Amino acid sequence: MAWMFPTIIKNLFSRPATRRYPFKDIREPFPGYRGKIYWDVSKCDLCGDCARVCPAEAIEVSLENRQIKYDPFKCIYCGTCMQTCLPMAISQDKYYTKPAAAKAVETISVPV
Amino acid sequence: MAVRTVIPFGPQHPVLPEPVHLKLELEDEKVVGVTPVIGYVHRGIEKAAELNSFRQNVFLCERICGICSITHALTYCQGVEALTGVEVPPRARFLRLFWSELSRAHSHLLWLGLLADALGFESLFMQIWRAREMVMDLLEMTAGHRVITSTCLVGGVRRDIDKEMAKEVDKRLVALKEVLDSTAAPALLHDPTIKRRAVGKGMLSKEQAELLGAVGPTARGSGVAIDMRQTGYAAYKEVGFEPIVETAGDSYARTLVRARETYQCIELMRKSLAMMPEGEILVRVDGYPKGETISRTEQPRGELIYYLKGNGTNNLERLKIRTPTFANIPALLVMLPGCEMADVPVITLSIDPCISCTER
Repeated sequence: MAWMFPTIIKNLFSRPATRRYPFKDIREPFPGYRGKIYWDVSKCDLCGDCARVCPAEAIEVSLENRQIKYDPFKCIYCGTCMQTCLPMAISQDKYYTKPAAAKAVETISVPV
Repeated sequence: MAVRTVIPFGPQHPVLPEPVHLKLELEDEKVVGVTPVIGYVHRGIEKAAELNSFRQNVFLCERICGICSITHALTYCQGVEALTGVEVPPRARFLRLFWSELSRAHSHLLWLGLLADALGFESLFMQIWRAREMVMDLLEMTAGHRVITSTCLVGGVRRDIDKEMAKEVDKRLVALKEVLDSTAAPALLHDPTIKRRAVGKGMLSKEQAELLGAVGPTARGSGVAIDMRQTGYAAYKEVGFEPIVETAGDSYARTLVRARETYQCIELMRKSLAMMPEGEILVRVDGYPKGETISRTEQPRGELIYYLKGNGTNNLERLKIRTPTFANIPALLVMLPGCEMADVPVITLSIDPCISCTER
């Protein structure tokens, strides 16, 4: 058991390896982390490609109402929509979605 | 005269990460018969795969198993690429190897930690999972997510690892090896408690392993040198690969196979990063899958088989998945009779059961 002593001594004086999520923020994610998805409404042309390729069916695009409905709780954060978008209107930040008390669908209006 | 009793083991049990139910027939403390019951986490993924388009299925297949998600996606993509006649660029093949070895290191470290936990060796469990956290950070750094990597696509991979990141990854892999050298390796090799709980327990002879079709570390722990990486899929042919084999056939041998494979993973990843050719990582896929094919890869738990049948449309006609745990359950039924009740958790764990994979 002698091999464990250096580790035990080190652990006595070091900070906990765990983080108290969600009460405290987690460490900064690495660049390129696939987080929440945003639409740039000035670039979006409501073609609906993102809704067609989405493996989780988390996006609904309505041309009549000029609206995008996005369900962040259905979304699997794969980034396929971002890759498919021709006008490059979709972007993804690097922050993990926080836990929420209720599930809500986001409605994004696209002005004419 | 011993009384025969039937004791349920699982579906909920502290050592089982996933629900499998074993009906243990006991004579006093000795196990004389086992009946497995599965079907608690069936999700109907094979049917769902027939309804989705073949490109969306990549992300569905990834969700069959959280630990080896990249291997599932890779096997599926290889199948579709065979059906559509797409040649994957060499750099993408090396990146696929890198990520599948990273997920193997993750899986083996997770399992070694669970084994320590099943033995009641809490401090070793914490130390190994601390090392696993380094692998998780690597996954997040290179792929963008900690568990479901979503890097594999039909026709290549989605992300590239540039030179700077490769340097950083290499540094972290060396650090990971040092952590394993100072914590996991001495405990697994020299600790008398682990040896007394694992050596000679859950015996599976080479003949039985071959007869029952055991795969992966379960077969390799019994001296059967079977590993799908020998077929040279992805870039294993270029990087060079030799399977790790132990001959004892007990729980300890299977533990050693996984521990040594973790070191081998680190070596393979470093080699693939060093040997990676320049070039594109994703090619365009035209047309739809037509015909039928079988795609085989090595998951952390053993050989994974995908059968795909396409009919020239956007949807597959049939997707059949054979996962390694399904092939290892018959071997488990041979290992258990004759052991004592107290050894059942460790022996069951020694095949590394992944029930969510098995039931899909």
